[in-house]
Amino acid sequence: SLQFGTPRSVFITSLIPVGTSIMAVEFEGGVVIGADSRTTTGAYIANRVTDKLTPIHERIFCCRSGSAADTQAIADAVTYQLGFHSIELDEAPLVQTAASLFREMCYRYREELMAGIIVAGWDPRRGGQVYTVPVGGMMTRQPVSVGGSGSSYIYGYVDSNYRAGMSKEECLKFTAEALTLAMERDGSSGGVVRLAVVSEQGVERQVILGNQLPKFSTV
Amino acid sequence: MATVSVCQYHSGGFSFENCKRNALLEADINKLGFSSPAARKTGTTICGVVYKDGVVLGADTRATEGMVVADKNCSKIHYISPNIYCCGAGTAADTEMTTQIISSNLELHSLSTGRLPRVTTANRMLKQMLFRYQGYIGAALVLGGVDCNGPHLYSIYPHGSTDKLPYVTMGSGSLAAMAVFEDRYRPNMEEEEAKRLVRDAIAAGIFNDLGSGSNIDLCVITKGKVDYLRPHDMANKKGVRTGSYRYKHGTTGVLTKAVTPLNLEVVEESVQTMDTS
Repeated sequence: SLQFGTPRSVFITSLIPVGTSIMAVEFEGGVVIGADSRTTTGAYIANRVTDKLTPIHERIFCCRSGSAADTQAIADAVTYQLGFHSIELDEAPLVQTAASLFREMCYRYREELMAGIIVAGWDPRRGGQVYTVPVGGMMTRQPVSVGGSGSSYIYGYVDSNYRAGMSKEECLKFTAEALTLAMERDGSSGGVVRLAVVSEQGVERQVILGNQLPKFSTV
Repeated sequence: MATVSVCQYHSGGFSFENCKRNALLEADINKLGFSSPAARKTGTTICGVVYKDGVVLGADTRATEGMVVADKNCSKIHYISPNIYCCGAGTAADTEMTTQIISSNLELHSLSTGRLPRVTTANRMLKQMLFRYQGYIGAALVLGGVDCNGPHLYSIYPHGSTDKLPYVTMGSGSLAAMAVFEDRYRPNMEEEEAKRLVRDAIAAGIFNDLGSGSNIDLCVITKGKVDYLRPHDMANKKGVRTGSYRYKHGTTGVLTKAVTPLNLEVVEESVQTMDTS
């Protein structure tokens, strides 16, 4: 079975669509989520404009990394379960509930699945929240979380540049720069940067195209 | 999750009972110097493009069994519903049966809802079935159609992941076809331009990939009309021989001749034509 921190060679030699950089940050009033747009089967880019930010409910999203088939199937199942639960409750579901549903599935079928998911959203009770459910099925809440094969390259950047209490614009800039750096170094990540802000007001989505990405000094 | 469906075998996945027996047989056959028959695959080029009024699907027509062409003119564009068609690459039996099962279930579903089926419904059904079989059903599909929400195009992988895109290619010749698409695709093309683009993409696969060949089939789907063009382009017509090895009567001199009449009674006479295409 796969442990946290699978060697990159597994992703590259795989003939199932895999590979990613994903990220989510909490701020006062909501969350900022971001992802690259590359899906690879081995060395071929099967989809260069993938949308890895999947809506699970009106104000709850998930960032998908790992096997595309596994994460799509899990996300579809959780969307159904959460929608049903929300109708029973007759109110907006909690982000923690969505994260728990992901954890249930990812842990129960951990031997069969290869899925690293970040659940992020806004609910009236606890505001913006980010929960990470990595490969293996652990679930924990974090103010900032990165995932996917490209995340290995940006832990240092994220740890040194994150500050608590950033504004929405600062979080967007922080996420875009982190993902750009990951895409620069990870072969399995690339394409465009997809960003989304989830807050009480709803969802705002944006795309940063290749030539518009922030520039860092090239050695 | 209620679906009106038939032909859904819910009891377990595949039966692996015969695997041990097959392994022993394989070993015995190899000892004698023969090789066991391989599953027929459609080493293939299939593709699809969304244009102004609908979608154009394209496919080559070669089916291979290892390094031999098993069928020079097989049909890879399968019917799903009156407004939805699906190209299939991978194991030929898997693509054929999978598309037939979903087509059948979709017809029942359509009768139940009283509406024309949607492409996204076919996509859901296909991806959920392929995921259930964890990639053992080797079907890589290009699903396209026009419904009440407009034209849609999906690529579906054997493990059950799908991508919704304006242009897709699958099969062994997919890289050659994608090169053509990436060069010449534009949004909102006219029908003739879209047909030319798909034809050229499949041709790139046919002439640059050993697993693809023969003719180009096209399927143009618009709101209310489907043009199933088979063949659209016979890119590999068999050549006409310029010479003949037949010798004229009298080339060989006859020395002796002995005729023995065989008195046979005709009991039954039947004609069976051989497919020499």
